[in-house]
Parts: sequence; structure tokens; C-alpha cells
Amino acid sequence: MTMPPQGIKPAIAPPTLWICEHCDTVYRRRKLARGEVARCARCDAILARHHSLNVNGMLALVITAMIAFVQANIWPIVTLGLNGQLISATLWGCITMMWQEHSQVVAVIAALTLFFFPILKMSLLFWVLLFARQRRRAPGFRAVMVLLYRIGPWTMSEVFVLGALVAIVKAHMYFDVLPNPGIFAYGVLMLIITAFSSIDVRRLWDLTEETPA
Amino acid sequence: MTDLPRASDLGLIGCHVCRLVCRDVKGDNAVCPRCGSVLHKRKSSSYTRTWALLIAAFMFYVPANVLPIMRTVSLGDVDDNTILSGIIELWVKGSPDLAIIVFTASIMVPVLKFFALSLLLISSQRGSKWAQRQRSKLYRLVEFIGYWSMLDVFVVALLTALVQFGFFSQVEPLPGVVFFGLTVVITMIASMTFDPRLIWDGRDFDD
Ligand SMILES: [Zn+2]
Repeated sequence: MTMPPQGIKPAIAPPTLWICEHCDTVYRRRKLARGEVARCARCDAILARHHSLNVNGMLALVITAMIAFVQANIWPIVTLGLNGQLISATLWGCITMMWQEHSQVVAVIAALTLFFFPILKMSLLFWVLLFARQRRRAPGFRAVMVLLYRIGPWTMSEVFVLGALVAIVKAHMYFDVLPNPGIFAYGVLMLIITAFSSIDVRRLWDLTEETPA
Repeated sequence: MTDLPRASDLGLIGCHVCRLVCRDVKGDNAVCPRCGSVLHKRKSSSYTRTWALLIAAFMFYVPANVLPIMRTVSLGDVDDNTILSGIIELWVKGSPDLAIIVFTASIMVPVLKFFALSLLLISSQRGSKWAQRQRSKLYRLVEFIGYWSMLDVFVVALLTALVQFGFFSQVEPLPGVVFFGLTVVITMIASMTFDPRLIWDGRDFDD
């Protein structure tokens, strides 16, 4: 991911502009009031939002997400009652099971979108935010920010919460199923992700200053 | 509304990775001076690539629905479920609300995505000025709902694991779920490959 930049580097335009990513319209930047969202007049896409969370707030949110994530993965998601026997399943139990049941493709997709990408995303965010508190760019800032942008759409923890809910109901047709703390930890994670989704982490580029190497 | 300036007219180009606004240069090998990503005026060969991915996704979508995604064995009763039969079962056995959710995620969303992306591709390729604002919104909807279709894949994964020690009851994933998972992933890539700015470009840009 850390390709050395090749090719022509164009001049930077005055940093007073916004370009709508969805229709290429150019706007003059302006300060936004609390809670205000600037929308594109041409295509109605969101140009920018007022930042209600500062860097410390974002860091706190990421740490909370990490704690919830650990709990969601350690604690079983559901327990199954079968002839008086209790069976519990964790996320990794499900993934290894899919692998053994000859659905390696699904196991890989699930492992990436539910485990590796979320972990990567949270750790990378933690890393850059830690330095951004002093308005500094973390070592490897550029590569990390590009990577964060790329893995963005591939983290699916919130879809998993709904999937788990459906699975519990379906399994209920055959057995006794009880939701376990793991699923509640996932619920909390889902809330944090929703809260975070309105934050454009690309603003860290503007909030931090280049540290001379 | 037509007098709003566009970056391509002003000789500006925005980096989609870090949002830096740069002055446009001739040639294709410009990189963002801030983040080092390649700068594209428009995503490269957006039409061709999106069409190819969309067709590939559709080719996976057919077996994903025809082939069973899951086998349940209960007291010697073997029951192979397709996506649709699973939804019907969920409906009949007392969870109509969840049946609707699964139906929306697994059937409606993928079908809607095929239609929406084809519509966007065809209308933009023709340089159509029809309902541009609505088409922009449609694109953002496609991007937003894309990954919720993974729902059924996770359901099968969880159910499989739930009964891993079940001695008389068993749940097994079947090939349909693999095709379905691939359909979701490929349509997600297809919607990322489409460049929404093409909706507003008219006939000025070919790719
Ligand atoms: Zn716009």
C-alpha cells in the first residue's frame, strides 16, 4: 500500500474550496454552524458536516468500540439447548465451522469483513488519532489514511447483528436458543459504528500538520 | 442550477482519498501531492468495468437463488433450503417481520441493484439529462444498501456453527451460499467502479 508516489504532482489549489465527490461541482468553503450539514445544490450529496466530535471524542469512541469488539468476540453469541446439553457459539467458532464444512469462500468473507477488517480499521484509527491530539501526523500517516479509505466499505459488523437475530429465530424452530452477552456487545458495537459513520475521518488531513521528517 | 461551476471546467481536480483540491495537469499520471493516490478526473474505464462486473454478478446471482444454500437434517428429515424457501419457512413458522427483512436484504436489494446500476449505466452513456438529481440519489442508495445483502450469508454461517455438536440435528451450508456471497461482493465492487460524476457529464466524457 505504501507505493512511492510516481508521476506528476500537480499544484495545490487554494484550500478554500470543496468539490462535490458525486457531481464535481465546486463550492467555496464556509464555516458550518453546530449540527449543520452542507449539501450540494446540484446533486444533494453531503459536502461537509459540522464536526460535533473533536479528536479526543473520536479517540474515546474508537476505544469504546475496541472494548465492545473484544467482548463481542470472546463471549458466545448464542447458546443452544439440546437434550439438556448447552452449546455456545462464538464468532470464531462459526468461521472455523464454515471452513470445515467446505464453505471456505464464505468463511474467508466472514473472517475478513467481521474480524480482520474491523480490527484493522479500529487499530489504524487509534494510531492516527493518538497523534492527531497534538495536531501531529502519526508515523506512516499517509499509508494508514489511504488504507482506511480502502477498507471502509468492507467492515460489516452491523450486518452481522441483524444476521445473528435472524439466525436465533430460525434456530428456534428446531431448538431452544438463548441470546448470549456476545450479541449484546455486538449491539453496542452497532450503535458506536452508527455514531461514527457520520464522521469523515478524512478531515484529519486538515487537522494535522506535516511533521518534517 | 446549470451555472454552478464544475471542477473539470475550472481546471481543478479533487483527490477522492484525502479531498485535497489540486490544479489539473495534462496526462494521466498525476498523483495527489498530499496523500500520493493517483488522481483521476473520472474513474478509469468506468462504463466498461462496471458493465463487466454487473454481468459477472448476475451470472452468480442465478445459481445463488436456484441452488440450495443450507441443509437442515432433523430427526432423519433432510431439508434443503434455497434463499426463497428459507424466507417462506421463516414466514410460515411465525416470524413474518424477520421474513420481510431477509426478503428485502436477499432478494429485493440485489435485484434493485442490478436494475439501478443498469439504469445509471445506460442513461449516463447516452448523456441523458433526465432526472439527474434523482439518479444521483439512486446511486448513493445503491452504495449505502450494498452490503446489507450479506445478511443471509451470515445467517447460514451462524446456523451452521450453532449446531456443530448437534448429534441428531445438523445444519450444513450448500454451494448456493457461496454464489450468493460472491454476488454481494461483486455488486459492491461494481457500484464502487461506477463514477457518479458521469451522470452529470453529458456527452463530454466517454469513460
Ligand atoms: Zn454534487
